[in-house]
Amino acid sequence: MSKDYTPLWKELGLDLVKHDGLLSVLSDAYKNIYLSQKNRPEGMKYFDFVISEVHGLRIEELYEAKKEKRKVIGTFCVYVPEELVLAVDGVYVGLCAGAEVGFEEAEKYVPRNTCALIKAFMGFKLSGLCPYVELTDLIVGETTCDGKKKAYEIFDEITKKMYVMEIPNMKNEEDRQLWLNEVKKFKNKLEEISGKQITLSFLKKSTEIVNQKRKALQRLSSLRAYDPPPISGLDSLLVNQIAFYDDPVRFTMKVNELCDEIEERVKKAEGVVPKGTPRILISGSPFAIPNWKLHAIVENSGAIVVGEESCVGYRNFRNLTDENFNSIDEGIEKIASRYMSIDCACFTPNTERIDNVTKLYKDLKADGVIHYALQFCTPYMIEAFKIDRKIDFPFLRIETDYSMEDFGQLKTRVEAFIETLK
Amino acid sequence: MSVLGIDIGSRYIKAVLFEKGEVQEWIKIETSYDPLNRSLEILKKYKPEKIVATGYGRHLLSFNGKIPTITEIKAFAIGAKALISTCRTIIDIGGQDTKIITLDERGNIKKFEMNDKCAAGTGRFLEIMASALGYSIDEFGNIDINLETPLQISSMCTVFAESEVISLITKGLPRHEIAFAIHKSISKKVVSMLKKVDIEEDIVFAGGCAENPLLRKLIERQINKKIIVPEKHDYLGALGAAIYLKNN
Repeated sequence: MSKDYTPLWKELGLDLVKHDGLLSVLSDAYKNIYLSQKNRPEGMKYFDFVISEVHGLRIEELYEAKKEKRKVIGTFCVYVPEELVLAVDGVYVGLCAGAEVGFEEAEKYVPRNTCALIKAFMGFKLSGLCPYVELTDLIVGETTCDGKKKAYEIFDEITKKMYVMEIPNMKNEEDRQLWLNEVKKFKNKLEEISGKQITLSFLKKSTEIVNQKRKALQRLSSLRAYDPPPISGLDSLLVNQIAFYDDPVRFTMKVNELCDEIEERVKKAEGVVPKGTPRILISGSPFAIPNWKLHAIVENSGAIVVGEESCVGYRNFRNLTDENFNSIDEGIEKIASRYMSIDCACFTPNTERIDNVTKLYKDLKADGVIHYALQFCTPYMIEAFKIDRKIDFPFLRIETDYSMEDFGQLKTRVEAFIETLK
Repeated sequence: MSVLGIDIGSRYIKAVLFEKGEVQEWIKIETSYDPLNRSLEILKKYKPEKIVATGYGRHLLSFNGKIPTITEIKAFAIGAKALISTCRTIIDIGGQDTKIITLDERGNIKKFEMNDKCAAGTGRFLEIMASALGYSIDEFGNIDINLETPLQISSMCTVFAESEVISLITKGLPRHEIAFAIHKSISKKVVSMLKKVDIEEDIVFAGGCAENPLLRKLIERQINKKIIVPEKHDYLGALGAAIYLKNN
């Protein structure tokens, strides 16, 4: 890190000793997993820098933003409309939920067999290790899975900052109406806490900003379809993870610069691995930063990850919001309908997801799909069986968490799967 | 040329040495706490010209890719096909993994299932249970399959099942009935994995647990198919690795 942020961390009430420990583990893991990769694009340097400053410079930026009376809105899910947060000049940030941190603390409040993502966001807060959560003015939850919605009740007792949006379980007309109302309520809430009114021009501008970010991520995704692959799955995953907490305009610019460079590589048929390397699409649960476990296993087993059919990935950027609206109400409707098109496994039925997995498999010219479900993430665990029965391409179903206990078994299964693709 | 396939399992290291295309040695030693040095002992003694490593400890011996590795799933597929050319399904219950592998006519892997991270229903589980009941491993697997007992072990977790077994012992229940119930519960777990793939005959049983006749018979009874235990069933992985090397 470029400077000493200790006074800032102290002011935010972090546990400084534990926090130093966390940063040193993170930095070692990053060196081993990321910096050891070969043929990385130059453009990844920016993202390396962002990671090295994940609890530093970015936190300082949020701290400065708050001084300017901008509101920091924390989220855990791709259903929270970013356009609205930006329209009140707020800062949208995904909260820490991707490492086995503070689980003993979390298990005082939730059962042991709760998914790792939930235990992680509770653990990060309870052990005083997430500066983002401390800087938030509002934490927005959503009723996607049972585990999360019950955990949010407890998280509200702890943080007093929770606001929960109701996500319907189905996509019928009445459900769409319910969701539209939820989006309207969220707009009102944001206006209330920020003291700013959303105008048509703010809404148009913020929609454009978020769409530009999605387009940059779509561009990166489509470049991964080339063989030899011009960028590793690990690096692409990192970009998709950083999408949740970097400044959106700067991020978009940097992703586009990266894509310019990658396009040159494609023209010269340069890749990070030789042409013909087995190509894997990963599908399923989200990969909250710094969860790099599965990508690292796949890419250290002689294959390359070419896509993530995941909330941290395709589900986050697949659909744009229609920018063609002429009133605030119309804009809110377009935003609501864009978010309703996300195919999370918490919906029933959710047949479009199978179509999307199949489409992505074909578009990215994958050789096989690894379905990844976080343990105890019942909706994705069940959909994995369903997809396996309906598709005709090579498919491996795994359930795992953030621990390294099953590393050996996972590696055997992934390697064996890759052997069958050759 | 001498070629060695070495399968570094969680409990035993198995190796098969080929000289001029013929099997020269079948080697089996305990893995212990130091699998790398145990493996190197074998390499020093037999000095093979080429080596392929497989099994849980394969990467330990690979020296950053200098020694090629294949997974035990692939090695088992090759080894099973070599021993029983009609093999279409492999059941392997080793020290810490249970695997089911199905093959097509040509011996290519069609599908595989593997247990998740705990040791439920594996060889290690059987060892712990045998020792809790004071049986040797041989005695443990030789209980009569026609024993009638209402006893059930419901827990599949090694830790919980052990306490369940201890509570049955303290109730004064006969130990052979408890042992029978343990085998029944493991066989059910294996059968449920078998049902996830399409089992076709011939079925080959490999790994340490293949030496347990009760377990084999219980699985046969539930799937209503015959299971073959080849004489060298514990060398399937090592043999497969060596053959892979010979062919590549």
